[in-house]
Amino acid sequence: MPSVTYIHSDGRAETVTAGDGDSAMITAMQNGVDGIVGECGGGLVCATCHVYVDDAWMEKVGAAATDEDEMLEGVAAERSPNSRLSCQIKMTDALDGLVLRLPDRQF
Amino acid sequence: MVATDASASSRPPAVLAFDMDGRQAGASPAIPILDVDPFAMEFFADPHPTHEVLREAGPVVYLDKWNVFAVARYAEVHAVLNDPQTFCSSRGVGLSDFANEKPWRPPSLILEADPPAHTRTRAVLSKVLSPAVMKQLRDGFAAAAEAKVDELLARGSFDAISDLAEAFPLSVFPDAMGLQQEGRENLLPYAGLVFNAFGPPNELREAAIARSAPHQAYVLEQCQRENLAPGGFGACIHARVDSGDITAAEAPLLVRSLLSAGLDTTVNGIGAALYCLARYPQEFARLRADLSLARNAFEEAVRYESPVQTFFRTTTRDVEISGHRVGEGEKVLMFLAAANRDPRRWAEPDRYDITRKTSGHVGFGSGVHLCVGQLVARLEGEVMLSALARKVASIEITGKPTRRFNNTLRGLESLPVKLTAA
Repeated sequence: MPSVTYIHSDGRAETVTAGDGDSAMITAMQNGVDGIVGECGGGLVCATCHVYVDDAWMEKVGAAATDEDEMLEGVAAERSPNSRLSCQIKMTDALDGLVLRLPDRQF
Repeated sequence: MVATDASASSRPPAVLAFDMDGRQAGASPAIPILDVDPFAMEFFADPHPTHEVLREAGPVVYLDKWNVFAVARYAEVHAVLNDPQTFCSSRGVGLSDFANEKPWRPPSLILEADPPAHTRTRAVLSKVLSPAVMKQLRDGFAAAAEAKVDELLARGSFDAISDLAEAFPLSVFPDAMGLQQEGRENLLPYAGLVFNAFGPPNELREAAIARSAPHQAYVLEQCQRENLAPGGFGACIHARVDSGDITAAEAPLLVRSLLSAGLDTTVNGIGAALYCLARYPQEFARLRADLSLARNAFEEAVRYESPVQTFFRTTTRDVEISGHRVGEGEKVLMFLAAANRDPRRWAEPDRYDITRKTSGHVGFGSGVHLCVGQLVARLEGEVMLSALARKVASIEITGKPTRRFNNTLRGLESLPVKLTAA
């Protein structure tokens, strides 16, 4: 089971285990990690599960698809080249140890 | 996965049948048959005890009053919503089966469509109502909410439904759509009609359709390109004709979708939030202490009251839902409201808690048909609750709240309140 570390905007880090195939958004929800809201439940509608992928993981996580890229236009915090919506990041063993940084706000 | 392909299972390929006594024949395990009419006035008056009966009877039940299957637990409602190939919308998301009955109006190109046709039209509305568009609307909506609360504080006592839950969305949404000033009084009756029409042929549905001609004429006219102001949602939809995403014939129908579902839903959502905050003053106090909770206080009200109570799907094949066989061409009624209070999913489901983690509630649906206008609803709800929390010390209910009955929507007709300034 892959682990994922969420680093809050205040520097606090939380490492949790993801169910194989679960999204990084759902994983945060299920483990009580604040800072990811996920209003729409993973429907790619709300842009409130914004994360910054740690530079070291950018290549493995990959780029946003077109629909997600358009949603990222609407994120509340600043968008950066490593911005992704965590509902679209599927946790697998290949992403074991993934590090995601959380923005200071989601809406 | 709760729904499985029955044709791939080892069970005999029996389709459910019912004898004259209403007993089940030729199916195993048995699906409970319940004598419940979820479209009756006495049900609407207090649905929660019956929701519990529906949830506890089994993962799937059969309602012989309308000859439909129904799911009321969170897992099954969520699973049905997320399997549009098996549980389709193109045969109507009300009781009426478009395969057998002529729809009362030309079907929606988004609500009453399935992938892949749905995917294209959905993408258009999704872009018109995107998070980026909401950013542009936010300041204007927030200013309108502030002005509305100031006006109501000056009055002191008023009706929280007509004077706030209706008046506020009416002050921002029609302008955001780019609607003409004339005829806006048709909007709420038209929406009431649309949501009543999802129900069975009862008094509510028949009366709404009988009165519908002027409202339908207004909406038809207002959906045309020349009647929509530049910059509004309506004009943005029509602009997608120029980019080749939709045809000129499709655009008015997509505008119609926003006029159908964009106003009455938010009226009932905001009404639900006001009713919650008035009934649970300790939650209003928590909101006043932390304004960042405004958005979640609205979201939790949508979970708690579920302004949209139900939708139907139609099975496209024999299917098993949690081990129970349902045949092809059957209507399946999803109790969104019951799922949103299923104790299997929610701790203390009957408590309104503005700090609850609400993600995953099905008040806006789930899956490909997840409410495309949910960001507009949330924006309206958030800015209104935020304005109330900043300016108001207490919301006191001063008279008996009365219900408004609709086959799909749950909300109040009247909520007399008195505000005290902060």
